Amino acid sequence: MSQTGNVASYDRPGTEKFARGSARQQRKAKYTKDKKLNAGLKKLDSQYKDALRSAAGTDLLLQEEAGFLEADGPMEKTYKFKQDDIVEVLDESTANKKFELKLTEFGPYTVDYTRNGRGLLIGGQKGHVASVDWRTGSLDCELHLNETVHAVKYLHNDQYFAVAQKKYTFIYDRTGTELHRLKQHVDSTLLDFLPYHFLLATAGNTGFLKYHDVSTGVLVGEFRTKLGPTQAMKQNPWNAVMHLGHGNGTVSLWAPNMSTPLAKMQSARGPIRDLAIDREGKYMAVSGADKTLKIWDLRKFKELDSYYTPTPASSLDISDTGLLSVSWGPHVTVWKDVFKTKQTNPYMNHLIAGSKTEKIKFVPFEDILGVGHQKGFSSLIIPGAGEANYDALELNPYETAKQRQEQEVRSLLNKLSPDTISLDPNVIGTVDKRASSVRLKPGQLNEEDANKEKSEKLEIKPEVKGKNSALRRHLRKKAQNVIDQRKLRIEKNLKMEKEARQRRHREFKGIPEEKDLLGPALARFK
Amino acid sequence: MKIKTISRSSDTYVPVRNTQESALPRNLNPALHPFERAREYTKALTATKMERMFAQPFVGQLGDGHRDGVYCIAKNFSTTNQIASGSGDGVIKYWNMTSRREAVSFKAHYGMVSGLVVTPKQSHMLSCGDDKTIKLWSVDSEEFDRSYGDDEVYTAANKGLIKTFLGEHSFKGIDHHREEELFVTGGATIQLWDMSRSKYISDLSWGADNITTVKFNQTETNIIASAGSDNSIVLYDVRTNSPIQKVVTSLRTNCIAWNPMEAFNFATGSEDHNGYLWDMRNLGRSLNVYKDHVAAVMDIDFSPTGEELVTGSYDKTIRIFRAREGHSRDIYHTKRMQRIFCTKFTTDARYILSGSDDTNIRLWRANAADRANVKSSRQRAKLEYDAALKERYKHMPEIKRISRHRHVPITVKKAGEIKRTEIESLKKREENARRHSKPGSKPFASERVKHIRGTAIKDDKN
Repeated sequence: MSQTGNVASYDRPGTEKFARGSARQQRKAKYTKDKKLNAGLKKLDSQYKDALRSAAGTDLLLQEEAGFLEADGPMEKTYKFKQDDIVEVLDESTANKKFELKLTEFGPYTVDYTRNGRGLLIGGQKGHVASVDWRTGSLDCELHLNETVHAVKYLHNDQYFAVAQKKYTFIYDRTGTELHRLKQHVDSTLLDFLPYHFLLATAGNTGFLKYHDVSTGVLVGEFRTKLGPTQAMKQNPWNAVMHLGHGNGTVSLWAPNMSTPLAKMQSARGPIRDLAIDREGKYMAVSGADKTLKIWDLRKFKELDSYYTPTPASSLDISDTGLLSVSWGPHVTVWKDVFKTKQTNPYMNHLIAGSKTEKIKFVPFEDILGVGHQKGFSSLIIPGAGEANYDALELNPYETAKQRQEQEVRSLLNKLSPDTISLDPNVIGTVDKRASSVRLKPGQLNEEDANKEKSEKLEIKPEVKGKNSALRRHLRKKAQNVIDQRKLRIEKNLKMEKEARQRRHREFKGIPEEKDLLGPALARFK
Repeated sequence: MKIKTISRSSDTYVPVRNTQESALPRNLNPALHPFERAREYTKALTATKMERMFAQPFVGQLGDGHRDGVYCIAKNFSTTNQIASGSGDGVIKYWNMTSRREAVSFKAHYGMVSGLVVTPKQSHMLSCGDDKTIKLWSVDSEEFDRSYGDDEVYTAANKGLIKTFLGEHSFKGIDHHREEELFVTGGATIQLWDMSRSKYISDLSWGADNITTVKFNQTETNIIASAGSDNSIVLYDVRTNSPIQKVVTSLRTNCIAWNPMEAFNFATGSEDHNGYLWDMRNLGRSLNVYKDHVAAVMDIDFSPTGEELVTGSYDKTIRIFRAREGHSRDIYHTKRMQRIFCTKFTTDARYILSGSDDTNIRLWRANAADRANVKSSRQRAKLEYDAALKERYKHMPEIKRISRHRHVPITVKKAGEIKRTEIESLKKREENARRHSKPGSKPFASERVKHIRGTAIKDDKN
């Protein structure tokens, strides 16, 4: 017997991962009365289902598997494993990725990696900046700026980087040549780069958040936070909203098309020390000077969990797989599954003896955590931290120079407008169902009102007798609470007048008098 | 301790030799692809702008055209690169579209050539004119291996002439049966001819008015549609040798085109500036109205897939309609092009031909941004992807604005504005009348029914 039926009709496992929109947003079987539209929508739906199925099918083709670290038996704990123990059991090429840079003179060091995880940029506070291809160990450039360095940030690839120095922010190229001095960005201590919008965001002691388009060189927007020096700044990689941590313990969310924050969250009782957001923009970790570490759900703007750090956490980062790393004093702690349930024990621990951590950052597509500290830089192995399978058309760690150039051109062609940044990145192409009063800007609303007024003025109104009468005026003038004979009489008269009016109106409209259901005998009790 | 870390071997990702393609692994997890919508939208916007940038509809003209206005063009359905044209001075020409040169030309008639068709089997030209003759012409390339100069045309009048049919009145419109050796002519009467006889075999007339255009159905091959100067469209059946049914419209119909894929549908172009789509099974209502022209529609033609329509109008513009939409998707015009009397899709649907008063036959692209060159698979994939994106985001205001924007001649624009005001005021007046009359006494008339004055089905008893 041959098997019949549509082979494609069953559901493939793992399609949920690729679904766009929640189940509530999925369409119903029958949409409208319009047959043509209905058929079109049905076709769209089946196309969407096919796309999901074939996307789920590509899971089989993924070449790499994610790393892990597991303990044997209940007596062994993963957080007891030292980096040296781990290195012993790993293969040579991975073990080589754990390294230390002893740079005692110019620390503490801040760290940044390129988006494909190949370039490493370190910036010592006392003016030492170096860009390294950390896998081959080749040094791109090394600068001694003789000036305070607050933050360093690679732009869209390893060809350019920005450095927030004592007064201004500078842009250097790969060889270390100074390209630009951004004189609008005064006294900035925090840098971030929105790769799809080509926006360099800076914040710092002035309390301003500034967006600079690095492809055109135009300052797109500057926003006064009015909350004093900004303590922490990170981007939400999912929707490009900037999250700023302030001295009073609030975290505010900013987009370049709004002069006020999109949202504000009170997260700590003291100043915010650092924050981190996961790659899908669902969760945020915030550490405060009050030694708290809070986990927020950004979809509901609700606090999920609160942790305690023995000393205030100086830096946070969330890896692609959702590992949260926290650095406090000389310690680096990595937590697993913190967004799922409250954890009692960390995943991994590391102590950099005699130093103080400044900045930690996971390497994209690698199981490595880079730690910048007082005495240099160390790279730690954190199994299970990186996304194992990269998408070469998005970010490619093995890209050639030609591919990098092509990618750069393509990303510039597809540069997103700063106006498209909003809390929901998928709002483009959807219908705004809100009322006009909510939807329109104040200017547009005023215009509408003006139009309305104009049309009202032109309208010819019929002459209608005013509803004011002597009886009514008397009632109004009289104190409300005084009830006397006259008032009762007036009220009775008004009531009779009203009834007569209604009767006349009914007669005029031709509506027959409603039948007395009770009959004449009982009607008097009505 | 169980431990594993990501350790990619660079051998799998970096090509050994630089001539090799490097591996490009994909991961479709949406988490790795943020701003999906915004990026797609940006790409769609760029694609729309690029399309408008590359929109160059005019390809060129055929040879040096005619000496008088071009009033008929006939397709050769068995090839993609040959067409015939007839002009006001009685000359007919056969064209090779690949070289854009004329293959043959004949002085066929005294006065105007009023109808032209290429016979499906032998590819002969069959022309009719105001001089009461129908002539059959051979266009064999061995016989006509050189083109004739303008002076020669008139001297070599009888070369290639195979046969002459003599009629009783001047003819208006001619069409050949798809399979059999039959053709039909319009004029004072509508007549059915057999190729092997010298006199017509039957007169199909219903009523006593002039027939201006006749068209055989190319799929349901025994059906004929005709339009007459009594504002009627009549359908005939060759098997019964009689008319079937008739619909009378408010203004005259200038042209008819049968849908090549849906045998029962045909489109007509009317004096009232509109095109109409009809179902021959129900003539009480047209299926669609094609609006946008500001003067009479002179010719209409379906694309070979039946998906699109091209119309040529007295307002000196060509418009392309999607068969299921009511407004044109594109408008073609040039400064020098005069009143258009014939437009045709080529049989490969990639080009449009137009013949106009200014004696030229112009060749246009059916899709203005399309190019005919051989494309690499990457380029094709890109074009397909862009088309899908444009379709997906076509309702976005910016994209809609850019894709709809066309430069229109000032006269056409002005005429359109005036027409719009006129229609608006008529509607307003109708609405006022409706408001002041008994409810229900003045029902709304559908645009698809409004232009129909009446229908009739031929009864054998009358």
